[in-house]
Amino acid sequence: MIAALICVVSAAIFLQFFVSYCRSILASSKNIALSDRVREVTSIADHEVAADDFNRLLQLVRLCPERGDDQSEIRAVGTYYGLLGVLNRVSRPVSPRVAAWLEQERQSCSYFAAVALDRRISYSRDLFTQQITDRL
Amino acid sequence: MLGPLDYMLWLVGFLVEIGVLVYLVSRRQVFRNFPIAFYMLCDALVTCGLYYCVQRFGFNSTTYSYFYYYTDSVLNILMFCVIMKFYQETFAEMGVSRHIRGAAVLLIVLTGVFSYAVVHENRTHLATHFVVEMSQNVYFVGVVLTYLLWGAILKLRETRTRLIQLVLALGIYFSANAASYALRNLFPGLEANFLRWIPPLMGLWLPVAWAYTFAHVQEDARLEPARLMVRAR
Repeated sequence: MIAALICVVSAAIFLQFFVSYCRSILASSKNIALSDRVREVTSIADHEVAADDFNRLLQLVRLCPERGDDQSEIRAVGTYYGLLGVLNRVSRPVSPRVAAWLEQERQSCSYFAAVALDRRISYSRDLFTQQITDRL
Repeated sequence: MLGPLDYMLWLVGFLVEIGVLVYLVSRRQVFRNFPIAFYMLCDALVTCGLYYCVQRFGFNSTTYSYFYYYTDSVLNILMFCVIMKFYQETFAEMGVSRHIRGAAVLLIVLTGVFSYAVVHENRTHLATHFVVEMSQNVYFVGVVLTYLLWGAILKLRETRTRLIQLVLALGIYFSANAASYALRNLFPGLEANFLRWIPPLMGLWLPVAWAYTFAHVQEDARLEPARLMVRAR
């Protein structure tokens, strides 16, 4: 009985901590404006980053050289995005309000991926410029 | 029997723990974060001890089991010191840290007494049953303490991003472990395939998350904690 209670309470608290942790990572990218360069590359120049863009953006992120310091946060947000996707599919027929909130969260994940892509593109350009300078 | 993945988790966890320690030493932040640095050091030493026990006595030996569970309990008590440090940081301006410390010690003693009382009747397997019961309860006390701390952070509108992320990572660690030990008590059959991975994964998660926070979140970074709550939107 006690074990069951501990299990249920811990699982509920785990979910709350995990969501808050992921949101704390997402919050760091919310106030960063996307550069024109990344908007052009991802063809999101005229509209907002869509919730479903996440996987496409992540593929582009993987094409860029790794900066080595953003892997863990990308992985955590990727897991969060996956979890939101499952919950979205389940909740859509049951509660449209919850589904709308989940969609917003997924959109934040996509925006985070776009910011990560922007950083990696800048990093690649810096690397390229450095190589050119070294050759000269 | 341990496989390559177990050894890899041990090795990566050990390296990250040492990495956190080296980072804190190199940035001269050890004294400010002493409980965290000390915990990381002890955790790394325990990992070495576990490796020695596996090599010397075998994974299925009683020596390994006793070493694993009892060092885990000691590490948890050290972790309570880390939580106390977070409480002191959160309540720094209110001057109630002495009361908090007293309450935490009382809670740990009560947990030990409660766990002992629960398994007292099962005398034949007292030692082994006790450690599992004790681990479940100690992790759950960790969950409660971290959750109360998180509540205080929200209530007091604490905005230090670093503190917030350290506490959230700790909450994930405690709650996942408490849930896994409770599940193990409820369904012992799940341990072999699924539950055995949770403690090593969480053992890896905590140093990785803390390393990330120390390395990437500036000390003066600020975050509005209400934005992290689902109900706040």
